[in-house]
Amino acid sequence: MRETKYWTWHMAAGVVIFFLLGLHMLIMHVGGITHLFAPHGGEATSKVNSLYRDGSLFFLTTYVLLLGVALYHGLYGLRTILFELTLKPAVEKAVSVVLLVAGLGLFGLGAWAAFATHAIAIAGARG
Amino acid sequence: MPAEINFHVTRYNPECDQAPYVKTYRVPVREGMTVLDGLHYIKDNLDSSLAWRYSCRMGVCGSCGMLLNGRATLACNTQILHIATTDLTVGPLPNFDIIRDLVPDLLTMFEKHVAVKPYIVRADEAELDDPAGEFYQSPEELGAYLQFTYCIKCGCCMAACPTLATDARYSGPMPLAAAQRYNADTRDDGRRARNQLTGSSHGAFRCHYAGECSRVCPKGVDPAKAIQYLKRQLVLDYLHLARRKKPCAKMHGPGQGKPLANITPAPAKTV
Repeated sequence: MRETKYWTWHMAAGVVIFFLLGLHMLIMHVGGITHLFAPHGGEATSKVNSLYRDGSLFFLTTYVLLLGVALYHGLYGLRTILFELTLKPAVEKAVSVVLLVAGLGLFGLGAWAAFATHAIAIAGARG
Repeated sequence: MPAEINFHVTRYNPECDQAPYVKTYRVPVREGMTVLDGLHYIKDNLDSSLAWRYSCRMGVCGSCGMLLNGRATLACNTQILHIATTDLTVGPLPNFDIIRDLVPDLLTMFEKHVAVKPYIVRADEAELDDPAGEFYQSPEELGAYLQFTYCIKCGCCMAACPTLATDARYSGPMPLAAAQRYNADTRDDGRRARNQLTGSSHGAFRCHYAGECSRVCPKGVDPAKAIQYLKRQLVLDYLHLARRKKPCAKMHGPGQGKPLANITPAPAKTV
């Protein structure tokens, strides 16, 4: 049943990615029309608008969440592809461990970057 | 209508051949003639060393599954003129080892089949070993799994499966459809035991839903659908959202049931 657990979370991660990428598209690519989360006007990617979002707790949460679900979804997909090469059980276990360690490492690095940017944005807003 | 068709038959004898090769035979064809008839013509008149497996000649036993013009199907219920005008390629089912010529080694399929417990599993084993009554099942409950009982284990779905082509440990469409057949049977209580295998890393979740298994099935079974049912049930079981149902109960013992009013009683015994 372990694979059922992994697959269920894989599907759930896909749904979360759908909504978070939708939000990303709305902000970055339709921003010229909606000005969503870009209160300072101009491009959504401008420094002031980026710092505004980086300083928001909501965006910090979505960045970390998107990082987590995208890593899980992608690495589980990669694991599935590798498992379909008829690997030996020991190799399958090694692949799972390597992908888990790589995923946790990348998540740690990305989360640290998101928190650091958040802190910089907060400090900048305080002057 | 062509008088003769070129049969391009894959030949392989592991005892003397390095690799499979193709040999061509010219076979006179008449309307209604099946590929199996064509192979018999070759064996009787052109090359007696050709080997293949067959038994019933009427699409029931599932022995003569082979690759005809790239499609896995039964040789006995495929008419030559329905699939060929001048040339016909005949090969063994892919995704299996070859025993000889057109004879695939189906052992791996049957091992996977046995592993999913393709039989009624209940706590009251004594009742199963020595039945003393009937289990009630409505026509609707029968309909939930009836189509999956039509499987004749010919291996065509296994040969057409693209996942099985790379992942030899994948259970495959036939065993997974068999698991669904028993999971959906109201007399059965073995779903959670089967989940251990169907929900493993080489179980139902490896299906890409290519749908080839359902397309090639000569009996009209839909294994791809069965696998999607399995996935849904596995997820519901994991999330504890599946309704817990007891297997259907025994109705009455032999001779204890109430006969219907409009049925004429049997005549008295004369011996």
